[in-house]
Amino acid sequence: MVKSAGRVRRKKKSFFKYVWEYRTLLLMLLPAVALVFVFSYLPMFGTVLAFKKYSMKLGIFKSPWIDPIFKNFRFFFKSGKALTVTRNTALYNLVFIFTNNILEVLFAITLNEMRHRASKKLLQSAIFLPYFISWVIVGSIAYSLLSYETGTFNSIREALGAGRTDYYAKPGIWPYIITFFNAWKGVGYGTVVYLAAITGIDNTIMEAAEIDGANIFQRIRYVTIPSLTPTIITLTLLALGRMFRGNLDLFYQLVGRDGRLFEVTDVIDTYVFRLMFDSKDTGRTVAIGLYQSVLCFITIIIANAIVKKKDPNYSLF
Amino acid sequence: MIESKIVPAARKRRRKDETVFRLVTYPLLIIFALMCIVPFLLVIGASFDSEQSIARNGYHLIPRDPTLASYAQIFSNGSSIARAYGITTFITVVGTAASTFINMMTGYVLMRKDFKWRNGFSFYFFFTTLFSGGLMPWYMVCTKLGLSDSIWALIVPSLVSVWNIILVKGFMASIPYEITESAKIDGAGDFRIFIRLIWPLSTPVIATIGLFTALGFWNSWYNTMLFINDPNMYSLQYLLYKLINDAQAMRQIAAESGEIINTVPIEAMKMALTVVVTGPILLLYPFVQRYFIKGLTIGSVKG
Repeated sequence: MVKSAGRVRRKKKSFFKYVWEYRTLLLMLLPAVALVFVFSYLPMFGTVLAFKKYSMKLGIFKSPWIDPIFKNFRFFFKSGKALTVTRNTALYNLVFIFTNNILEVLFAITLNEMRHRASKKLLQSAIFLPYFISWVIVGSIAYSLLSYETGTFNSIREALGAGRTDYYAKPGIWPYIITFFNAWKGVGYGTVVYLAAITGIDNTIMEAAEIDGANIFQRIRYVTIPSLTPTIITLTLLALGRMFRGNLDLFYQLVGRDGRLFEVTDVIDTYVFRLMFDSKDTGRTVAIGLYQSVLCFITIIIANAIVKKKDPNYSLF
Repeated sequence: MIESKIVPAARKRRRKDETVFRLVTYPLLIIFALMCIVPFLLVIGASFDSEQSIARNGYHLIPRDPTLASYAQIFSNGSSIARAYGITTFITVVGTAASTFINMMTGYVLMRKDFKWRNGFSFYFFFTTLFSGGLMPWYMVCTKLGLSDSIWALIVPSLVSVWNIILVKGFMASIPYEITESAKIDGAGDFRIFIRLIWPLSTPVIATIGLFTALGFWNSWYNTMLFINDPNMYSLQYLLYKLINDAQAMRQIAAESGEIINTVPIEAMKMALTVVVTGPILLLYPFVQRYFIKGLTIGSVKG
């Protein structure tokens, strides 16, 4: 009752009264609000350029609308690029989610079972290390392994008498290479997350299972995995929500601008990135970016709706 | 340590199933762990090796022909690398300080129960993680602001991290609200409460978001590529990218024309550069790792 009385009294305050009351808090928010407005909201308004014939002289708002309003999108779909890059982006992300989750859960369980503290720490530190290294260096390491001239693999091949092979001319193997490096860099991070979740499991359940004679595989199957399932499902759904967002760092640093591999390695982000540099067609670049944003928006809304239905605690919003 | 003393006797008898489990999983984990560290050891080894030795023997953990030539080469070529080091250090220090402060402050305000508009503002931030305008319009905004060829292009666009704000907000929920409330009754201003009372209590989350942010700034190459044309303002990672790819281009040209460039220690120099660029991370890694792990744990508990 006291609460509702308070609310009634507060409602009488005008908007400006509130602004005055919150002046310090608002000032504290100001830097972040302004930065987000400039770097996130202004670009959203900029997407209108997807439907315009942009001319620098006229500026964004005075530039005329293009005639068939979806011309920029039509070009993207007609060229066949849309299908290739969208398919690549989605498939890579699905494979990444699958591969990384399996390795992460496996390694987290393994580490958790380790009784020798020092080796446990050492192994955890080792697999977490690549997360800290820049993608530039990952690209450089990949090149040192794969290059025709000096690559380690080619040196080994030659030593074995197998002859050199130009990996950068073989699109077929690149999905594996890319999946490998993605796992290499990301699995340590995921393992730490799952390990934390395992540590959170009530120890008494585990001990009870042990006393009841469950062997280690049964304990993993009937205690650890079921306890991890909510975390796995949530992380997977969140990752699925980002299914159409490609990791530019990964693809750009591993493949670069090597056109021979684009059919199997081009994702939406790398395509937009190159288009922005190479073509000066603002409208088209904006259009593809908008296409991706809309796809992402739809998938994340769906993914979140599913999480919410399963377990509202884990939903994003 | 303590754990091993209180385990039931059952565990002390190494059971058969556990042995099988170990035989299957340990090798996998160990192989993966080796794949994670061996490249770095090879890079370090090769950086102390001579170019001829690398060409002849490939990379080795222990250099066959130890020399400091490639490091000498780097630092004789020095000024550009030293300058890039300076630039990256500057953006990392300034960017991390500013970004951490802003995200902390924002997270705190969004947690204030007496702030009626906090949900509205939270949504304002959160929405940007759902929808974005895409690369091109963002790029246009940045160039319109005059960020081209400015060091601020490497800092300002990445200051606000909504994920960090969410992380801070989650952490702030664990600080008793009564602290803010009683300080307000005592007449302290909101900013003062934040700085004097909340900040000192937030060390774990400051360490976590600070380190993640610093890592991001240190490893960033993308903004330099987009905005910086002046080679004197290249960040370290982008300079490395440039040098590696130029060397690659040189190699390719050499391969195509049938010549081999052996005068410049390209491979060894690349390795030495990699060591120099990654060095600070590798040195700090053992000490700061736990803060990252703590951060991941906060994040995963809060969802």
